[in-house]
Amino acid sequence: MPTAIKFENISKQYRLGLVSTRTLSHDLKRWYTMNILGKEDPYLKIGEVNDRAHKGTSEYVWALKDINFEVKQGDVLGIIGKNGAGKSTLLKILSKVTTPTTGIIKARGRIASLLEVGTGFHPEMTGCENIYMNGAIMGMTKAEITRKLDEIVDFSGVERYLDTPVKRYSSGMTVRLGFAIAAHLDPEILVVDEVLAVGDAEFQKKAIGKMQDVSKGEGRTVLFVSHNMGAVRNLCTKSIVLVDGKIAFEGKTEPGISFYLNNKLESYNLISKEALVAKSRIKGYALDVKFLDVGFEQNNESFYTNDEITLICKFIGNRKTENIRINGTIFNNEEQPIGGWFGNDLFDINENEEKTIRLCLKNHKLAIGGYLVSLSVGKGNFAEGMVDFDVLHQVTKFNIIGFDSKDLVGYTVWNNRWGNVLFDVDYHSI
Amino acid sequence: MEYTTVIKPKNRLFEVDFKEIWQYRDLFSMFVKKDIITQYKQTILGPAWFFIQPALTTIMYMVVFGGIAKISTDGLPQPMFYLAGIVCWQYFADCLNKTSATFTTNQHIFGKVYFPRMIVPLATVTSNLVRMGIQFLLFIVVYIFYVLSGVVIAPNIYILLLPLLVLMLAGLSLGFGVIISSLTTKYRDLTILFTFIVQLWMYATPVIYPLSTMPTDKQWIMGINPVTSIIETFKFGMMGVGTFSWGMLAYSFAFMVLLLGIGIVVFNKVQRSFMDTV
Repeated sequence: MPTAIKFENISKQYRLGLVSTRTLSHDLKRWYTMNILGKEDPYLKIGEVNDRAHKGTSEYVWALKDINFEVKQGDVLGIIGKNGAGKSTLLKILSKVTTPTTGIIKARGRIASLLEVGTGFHPEMTGCENIYMNGAIMGMTKAEITRKLDEIVDFSGVERYLDTPVKRYSSGMTVRLGFAIAAHLDPEILVVDEVLAVGDAEFQKKAIGKMQDVSKGEGRTVLFVSHNMGAVRNLCTKSIVLVDGKIAFEGKTEPGISFYLNNKLESYNLISKEALVAKSRIKGYALDVKFLDVGFEQNNESFYTNDEITLICKFIGNRKTENIRINGTIFNNEEQPIGGWFGNDLFDINENEEKTIRLCLKNHKLAIGGYLVSLSVGKGNFAEGMVDFDVLHQVTKFNIIGFDSKDLVGYTVWNNRWGNVLFDVDYHSI
Repeated sequence: MEYTTVIKPKNRLFEVDFKEIWQYRDLFSMFVKKDIITQYKQTILGPAWFFIQPALTTIMYMVVFGGIAKISTDGLPQPMFYLAGIVCWQYFADCLNKTSATFTTNQHIFGKVYFPRMIVPLATVTSNLVRMGIQFLLFIVVYIFYVLSGVVIAPNIYILLLPLLVLMLAGLSLGFGVIISSLTTKYRDLTILFTFIVQLWMYATPVIYPLSTMPTDKQWIMGINPVTSIIETFKFGMMGVGTFSWGMLAYSFAFMVLLLGIGIVVFNKVQRSFMDTV
């Protein structure tokens, strides 16, 4: 298959902070250095890797740095990465909304990008008028839209409301209409941001189906950016993983997803426990009782499915409080919550007193994989009203690595698609 | 198959893709249509506002400038004189105000999808043309009324310059507008300054007074303002009053061409990366 798009040394630099101040002085300095002294742009040399967790010293930052890759015609490429890894910047450059600082992208055929559905919809205009408006913005001609109008209307399922102004539409209807137009663009290369996150399940299925048709049936190239690993898995044949503006992985989808998930979990090892507690703290709680430290008993984060998982939580009381409870939620590595617990009235604390609580998770039946834990400390219950003092979102992680027994030899690999619970099953011949 | 789309950091200064603008001509007509039909949606009087606005402005000018300040109208009935000025100036000012906000008002669209940005100011200037046309009809009605009631009005051959005058107004406002809109993406101070300037500009243009109130040897100072000769020529052609000179008109035309050229180049440079600064 020939190459559909080729990225060569694509980099993008952004300036942080208050853009509106001192731009004139920077502009003048840049102009002076480049045009009078004939040197390179002084601000292109500086700039740091885009790691938003650490405070940098430079006000210039590379959102993307030296991106090189090719996409073959007919491929569906998933672009995955954490927030701030550069996915959206890459899409913006591809959609010509902004320009790269350096490098060049070459593509065969028309690129249509869906960074948002229903761009340019005017609330006062009717559905039909907006189909023409949005289609034209996306680069279709009037004749093309007229030819596909019936199909678009049919796909969107809002035929009854075609002569109603869009401002009377529900948000779901607006999205349907927007996607229906985009789905009928027929570009050689389709670039899709996480627009599928909206709309109901039926529509999402329809949308994913349509995108698959586009790539399989018609040999078009699709670039898909998403946090939803399920959608990436369903849709994409290849993937790249972006970490801090650089390509960290390039290859097939399944290893790409694993790489991304592992990479996300590894980042927990890189910073100290105190920093983790501070970073995961949800702001706005009273902090009458405050988490100081959260960790596992043996300083070990790997467990077997039949192990007890013991968490050690250290608290400090900022005010004398009684009948404190600890609640928790466990997420799988795709950040979907899979279970939780409600604590009883566990302990009391005095002002400025430090207390350590040992929390034991028994019979959890969690299957092989990585997990994240969220914790909250508070008092009361649902019947009498409750209050949280401190909430830590995904403060720590652990891995389940297998089953500590000779009987379960087959249980060495586990796929997220199989769920997160390993059931206990008895077999009897009857 | 060769690479048909190339995305690269910077265009050369004069690399303006006119072919691309032509390819998006359907979008252009959609924008024009949108501007017109959405302007008075959900208003009771609807398009009647096209008439009401200039009519009320004219009445106000008659009271303030004609009645209280007693400024000369070159011997013409006041409604005619003011309306002629208002029709022209209003078009110019509307275009200027709207095109100068191109980037800031459309950033939600520009941030999501690419099309030649020039389409938007072009559509603005065109849709305002429709509005001006309607207001011009009002002017014609008033004109006919005065002709029938026996006022001596002397239109002349220069009436044929009318399309050129409209084109010049469009070109000037487009040129100024896109330059200002390009600069406001970075320096927002200009937005505030500019609304102020447009207000003052009207008084530096013979809208509410004729150029002939100035001493002949000082009229060239007013002529520096490129809009002056356009409005004077309009009044001269339509009603036979005012000051007309080919030299001043040629100056305005050259001014427009130069300005539009600079505007397109600046706008073209800014449009590619304005999302980073806006």
